[in-house]
Amino acid sequence: MERRKFISKSVLVAMTGAIGVEIVYGLKLPETYIPLALQNPNPFELFKKDKEMVLLNERPWNMEAQAHLLDDRITPNKYMFIRNNGLVPENINAENWSLTIKGESVLKEKTYTLAELKSKFKHYTYQLTLECGGNGRSEFNPPAKGNQWNVGAVSCAEWTGVRMRDVLEDIGIKNDAVYIGYHAIDLHLSRDPNKTPISRGAPMSKVLQDETLLAFQMNGADIPLVHGYPLRLVAGGWPASVSGKWLEGISVRNKVHDGAKMTGTAYRVPCNTVAPGEKVADKDMCIIESMPVKSLITYPKTGAMITDGEKLNIRGHAWAGELEVAKMEYSIDFGATWKTCSLEKPVNRLAWQHFNAQITFPKKGYYEIWSRATDSKGTAQPMLIPGWNPKGYLNNACQRIAIKVT
Amino acid sequence: MNSNYKEPKVNKSNRKRLIIWFFVPLVILISTGFYLLLETDFFTVNIKEETLVDENNIDDFDKIENGIHVQTGFVDAPGLLETVRNCTSCHSSQLVLQNRMNKERWTATIKWMQETQNLWDLGENEAIIVNYLATNYPPKETGRRKNLDTIDWYVLEE
Repeated sequence: MERRKFISKSVLVAMTGAIGVEIVYGLKLPETYIPLALQNPNPFELFKKDKEMVLLNERPWNMEAQAHLLDDRITPNKYMFIRNNGLVPENINAENWSLTIKGESVLKEKTYTLAELKSKFKHYTYQLTLECGGNGRSEFNPPAKGNQWNVGAVSCAEWTGVRMRDVLEDIGIKNDAVYIGYHAIDLHLSRDPNKTPISRGAPMSKVLQDETLLAFQMNGADIPLVHGYPLRLVAGGWPASVSGKWLEGISVRNKVHDGAKMTGTAYRVPCNTVAPGEKVADKDMCIIESMPVKSLITYPKTGAMITDGEKLNIRGHAWAGELEVAKMEYSIDFGATWKTCSLEKPVNRLAWQHFNAQITFPKKGYYEIWSRATDSKGTAQPMLIPGWNPKGYLNNACQRIAIKVT
Repeated sequence: MNSNYKEPKVNKSNRKRLIIWFFVPLVILISTGFYLLLETDFFTVNIKEETLVDENNIDDFDKIENGIHVQTGFVDAPGLLETVRNCTSCHSSQLVLQNRMNKERWTATIKWMQETQNLWDLGENEAIIVNYLATNYPPKETGRRKNLDTIDWYVLEE
């Protein structure tokens, strides 16, 4: 059997390192055999995700939560959506990891090791809402191209890192700086090393905010591999693609960053609204910045049946990109009347806010509970699908769950 | 350490190798915990058996069940072979299956992949593939908002 090749010593060393114990008789392993500890094609186990998460795509890995899985105040890894443009890096050595800051608008290029970043700058921890720009895409008509996200490409985890601003102050930037772009080590789907899966960024006004972090921890532990280990940019409230994973470089640019997925139609919407299905020239597409106001009922799970006379407690989260949510309401009569929910202030800026309400139903029947958040500028979630756009971004239509009173 | 590492092609047997490398950093993270929790013979016991990877899957590649190509989930219809061969080597079939487009937009998607994502010239297969996709995966009119569907009803106990 020609397939029965034996694995090389270097591969064995890597496997041993990964497992943490010596593999006895390791050099007699057939090449195609993988020790049980490494044998795991199941993405739910691979990334430690809950089995109720929904797998949209296995190459690249894309997975989302269902509304009821996002009930925690701080999203744990097992319920955090995965959005990848390229392939997850295959070998990472955090001990040798470094970040190089370069570009037209730095005074002098500088490289920090990960250890230096951690020791030289003060650490900050914030709860930050990260939502995929295409969350809700599946509802657009005509359908928009790409992963057909439902409601679950959103999370609010606790991120710990150093402020991007502190690092840029240390290195010194020129007055003409307008944007940063990130550079990461993930591989393009075509496996062409000269192609970049994604290299996005943000304008200086966002970069210099207190909450914009170079993060190395999520929920008090090293960031999970699939979420950007060992170093990730985290810019809450903006499309999560701004929060680049597996960072090895930052360019400080004297113009809007022009990396992969910054140009063309990627993460852009028509500068002026268009009719559903209308063609839009690239020059008429504008970069998405803050995400819009939105909310999610995370309890109960849709489909609950209760008995007539029972009260129903609902709860969930609301967020509004750069803004705060000022008001939270629900309707049980298809939007005809609205009642106010109790709404908490955010733990910190850019964290999602928690709401709850107790509902009394007037009689038996089929109901939908609709949730509607209003931001601090008075803008509310629409009940129908908002303005159509070619790539299906920014669907913040009110969420609906179905209830039967019997 | 990994300078002689060759990027695996994605097929059944090499995918296993890919997973090793994919796993290395992840497992480094969790291995210490595992090591403390488990007896050290845990790994060696299994390895001694030298089990070979099941090769039967390779024979199943062309299998069709209930009109669906089992390996990819594509509908069995004219153009299936060309679509599988050309449209699943970089991304998974799931990315195609999620989408609904007419001929014009499937063609535009192919053009975009050729211009930016290293997709090759499809030659005479392009018309076959576009026809297959637009016939089997066309857009559906869904209005401004659909009814809630696929609800699993359950009795809520508080």
